[in-house]
Amino acid sequence: MSTTMIERTGNPVRVTQSRVVASEWIKFRSLRSTVWTLVAAVGLLIGIAALFSAVMVNQWDTMDAGQRALFDPVTASAQGSTFAQLATGVLGVLLISGEYSTGMIRASLTVVPRRLPVLWGKIAVFTAVTFTVMLVASFVAFLVTQAVLAGQNLDVAMGTTGVLRTIVGVPLYVTVAGIFAMALGTLLRNTAAGISTLVAVFFVVPPLFSLLPSSLADPIMKYLPNTAGQAVFGNGGDGSLAPWTGFGVFCVYTAVLVGFAAWRLRRVDV
Amino acid sequence: MIEVENLRKEYGDKVAVDDLTFTVQPGTVTGFLGPNGAGKSTTLRMIAGLDEPTRGRVRVNGADYRRSAAPMAELGILLEAKAVHTGRSARNHLLALAATNGVPARRVDEVIEMVGLAEVARKRVGGFSLGMGQRLGVAGALLGDPRVVILDEPVNGLDPEGVLWIRNLLKALASQGRTVFVSSHLMSEMAQTATRLVVVGRGKLVADTTVDEFVSRATGNGVLVRTPEAPRLREALLRPGITVTSEEQGVLEVFGLTAQEIGTAAWHANLPLYELTSRTASLEEAFMQLTHDAVEYRNQPVDQMKQEVAV
Repeated sequence: MSTTMIERTGNPVRVTQSRVVASEWIKFRSLRSTVWTLVAAVGLLIGIAALFSAVMVNQWDTMDAGQRALFDPVTASAQGSTFAQLATGVLGVLLISGEYSTGMIRASLTVVPRRLPVLWGKIAVFTAVTFTVMLVASFVAFLVTQAVLAGQNLDVAMGTTGVLRTIVGVPLYVTVAGIFAMALGTLLRNTAAGISTLVAVFFVVPPLFSLLPSSLADPIMKYLPNTAGQAVFGNGGDGSLAPWTGFGVFCVYTAVLVGFAAWRLRRVDV
Repeated sequence: MIEVENLRKEYGDKVAVDDLTFTVQPGTVTGFLGPNGAGKSTTLRMIAGLDEPTRGRVRVNGADYRRSAAPMAELGILLEAKAVHTGRSARNHLLALAATNGVPARRVDEVIEMVGLAEVARKRVGGFSLGMGQRLGVAGALLGDPRVVILDEPVNGLDPEGVLWIRNLLKALASQGRTVFVSSHLMSEMAQTATRLVVVGRGKLVADTTVDEFVSRATGNGVLVRTPEAPRLREALLRPGITVTSEEQGVLEVFGLTAQEIGTAAWHANLPLYELTSRTASLEEAFMQLTHDAVEYRNQPVDQMKQEVAV
């Protein structure tokens, strides 16, 4: 047989999950759009936290006691999470919808005809990269906000209750939100539809609920994906779920959606 | 080897592929021929496991491709030129595909060299011409050194040099014992490369045969006769089983008789002949004749139809 056959005996051509993960990592880092979306997420998380803190420090002297009581220095570093989540969500959608819009998905699924390893590979790479990068960003955001808040002696120490949970909670939340978005992209197979649905779920529906009388809205509000998920870095105020309960609920939503996405990827023609 | 059994694919009410059965053997180039919309690409997608058949079965090297442990070693396929993310470089695209099956990076550089993309391998695919895209697609198909190679319309967008390269490549792959299955709507291209033909029209099998057989079977070869006494010669020749047509005054096309028989008959009837030519139907004509009823888009302008079957 040909020389290539001999060379391969030690390392046979075969699909394994770890090889698909390696492939997804090559895909992830070889696109400018994915890299820049991640950079945007980092910039938004740190920038908005810094801006929020700076405004607080500036306005502190003119604020009354009620307004001051609402300010929580522990969660100041998480103020950018909503915007960062939009960026990681777009990234999640793009990682899969970009393959559908360009036709790449047909090549991807032809070389991995069992299909599901591709979705698991994408989730694994996205989770590892996004969580790591956003964890560092969240830590930087904490350091920056505390440095700014120190101007009014509002800063808190690392050991203060809730600080560590906030620093870790923000990357956890934006990462799971991105997986939620990736499931949407897999279900809808279209970038515009995926991002629109993402924005609807996280930014349009929640304000609609706040229009309802609070007796009706409150029990529902805390179970919405974003409110439940954000409880992980919240301070337990405004009747939200307990931090890890809320995050657990968010993870369940995401898992169910990923389940549907996997079913659709496996069953429907591409 | 590719085995297709009673394959059927419906999209809503539309039947794209209708009870297709054929086998593609290793060691030869088999052409997959049919007008646009005949169901060729749908069939190829079902072979590659991208589309689920409504009914029937496909086997690649005797097994279900979707369950293959080493897909890239079994089957390499060039789908439409656009199965590539435009934002990625050619090399990174191939590296990503290769990584899934553990194909080493040096094989990526090898196929890039083989298809002649070395100079642009690190450029983004978005800027590639159609021809370069085709070459990249071929590179992807060959990455895993597969036993079965399927190319969907590979010469689309290639310059003459590229067309020649594809022809030689297909023959070389077949001579290495691989199964080579190439779709085209260009008859002349198939005549140059393929030994066997699977012909489809409107999703149905029209022929599964050799190129030579296909041509002779299609037309009973005609004889062209030029004579000033066309009506009288026609009368002299006509009997059951013989067809005489005429598209031009003084010219007849006779099917069912040899040139020798026609010449003798003319001599007996005392009719002068100016020309007597045996004609072998071209592959184009054979194809047009066989798929005449199976052309999908009947109302398209005649000149456009001609374009499709022209070189």
